Amino acid sequence: MTMIRKYWLSVVAILASIVVFLVPFAFIVLMAFKDQRQAALLDFSWPAGNALWSNVVEVVTTRNWMLVTAFINSTILTVASVTLLVIFGAMVGFVLQRRKTRFNGLIEFLILAGLMIPPAVVPTIWLLQGTGLFARLHGLVLIEVAYGLPFTILLYRAFIATIPRELDEAAIIDGARPFDVFFRVVLPLLWPVTVTNIVVQSVAIFNDFTNPLYFLPGNQNATVQLTLYNFQSQFSTSYNLLFTNIALITIPPLIVFLFFNRQIVAGMTAGAVKG
Amino acid sequence: MTATGTASAAPAPVLKRRSPYPGWFFLPAAIIYGVLFLLPTVASLYFSLTRWTLFNSTFIGLDNFAQFLREPFLIKGLINTILYAVITSGLKVVLGLLLAVLLTSQVAARGYLRSVVFFPVLVSTVGVGITFTVLMHPTNGMINEGLALLGIKGPGWLVDPNLALYSVALVDVWKGVGLATVIYIAGIVAIPKDYYEAARIDGATKLQNFFEITLPLCRPATSTVIILSFIGGLRTFDLIWAMTRGGPGFASDTVASVIYKQYQAGFYGLSTAGNVVLFVLVAALVIPLTMLLNRKQGHE
Repeated sequence: MTMIRKYWLSVVAILASIVVFLVPFAFIVLMAFKDQRQAALLDFSWPAGNALWSNVVEVVTTRNWMLVTAFINSTILTVASVTLLVIFGAMVGFVLQRRKTRFNGLIEFLILAGLMIPPAVVPTIWLLQGTGLFARLHGLVLIEVAYGLPFTILLYRAFIATIPRELDEAAIIDGARPFDVFFRVVLPLLWPVTVTNIVVQSVAIFNDFTNPLYFLPGNQNATVQLTLYNFQSQFSTSYNLLFTNIALITIPPLIVFLFFNRQIVAGMTAGAVKG
Repeated sequence: MTATGTASAAPAPVLKRRSPYPGWFFLPAAIIYGVLFLLPTVASLYFSLTRWTLFNSTFIGLDNFAQFLREPFLIKGLINTILYAVITSGLKVVLGLLLAVLLTSQVAARGYLRSVVFFPVLVSTVGVGITFTVLMHPTNGMINEGLALLGIKGPGWLVDPNLALYSVALVDVWKGVGLATVIYIAGIVAIPKDYYEAARIDGATKLQNFFEITLPLCRPATSTVIILSFIGGLRTFDLIWAMTRGGPGFASDTVASVIYKQYQAGFYGLSTAGNVVLFVLVAALVIPLTMLLNRKQGHE
């Protein structure tokens, strides 16, 4: 009796997951294979022919290869921001966890504030214009770092608490300078949480739409999320192209997912429940 | 003797001065965070009180805020924001917990189910928004065609002003429930098995197990999920913008979309005032909520 019930529950769960989660993704892929006329019907039918390649070519070459520019921009943005986030975030997490001073309370307050407070958009634009960073990729890199730091620091701090102090002390007795203690002893030990941070932040930054929309206007600077937004008006009658674009920009997160699924889940939960 | 004494004494203060945990490690992060986050936040308190063109600003006192409270569509945006945050975080708590209980049980294809629920978390919000805009098309959309097969006439998900906000909220839950589930799974796995064994000896039912053991001992996970999704809900912009642009009319406008519209229209002072309103809203709702959730946790 319980066997049958357990069996039914599993079947229902799998069927529901297919309808709720897999069908929307299947829909995206099917649409990318259709030609314009069939895609306009918006239905969940099997593609009549295979228009995938011509769709891809058209999406990629349109507006002077904007999608290629966008992929390059998004890659630079993601790699640069995540690199800075990891190094600077780990440095703060390390000292904040190890050294107790009267400023710790203030720093922790600022970190929590950064997690909660919505960024003040227009004053930030004003500031970026004043410093010549507005509508520039490195300006957006710094913005992403500023907005990503609180969460990165939280994860690092929780993890550094589990690394024994004796290790730092041993290194110091062996004559290591503070700089070496951190970069050659501690940072390598932080690798598990660094992976989590890299994955979480790169997905967030790669998928970010709001900040590029505000701080990186202009077609030259488009990121992949903005191409979607720009193409949405241009391709409003060519759903095949719109969905080809969605399929193409979903590939990087899919790769991340295939490689890091377990680690993301483990790291996220470690941080979430402790933090 | 004295010579060696001073020689060995000399480095001591140097060591003491140079802590192994140098304060300058804070510097790079502090500069970036201070200049690009804290400074604009503080500046917004001033600029929200001005009529502002980015080049010069005229101080007009609380006029921007007065306008916020006068315009019906701005008030509507404020109410929508709170509704949206309550609905999405509420559904994520309930569905996330139920899914987590299911996915920690002996269900078949557990690994597959965990993956499939989590994957949307990683996908672009705008892509998801556009996909569901098409799926929710009132006549051709797959959702309504599917409902028609069951003999149900589907509503105009995104074109009905009474429904648009809730439709977007549902998509938000679809996309974000995986994160809530993962947090709950971690919470449930951390509960010692002894409790369930003791309960089994006492003859507890599954329902009792859930309400007397799982639910109370998951409280840290619950407060994490509530606070994360509540803050996310209050600040939501990209999904609303991709799906409805705040429409039809102003039916699904939230504070964040109002901020963007005012910015686009060149009303920088009003836009910044919107930001301050959002800031106050987040602080006023999230800080007491955090305290409440943590206090209850302390009593356990």
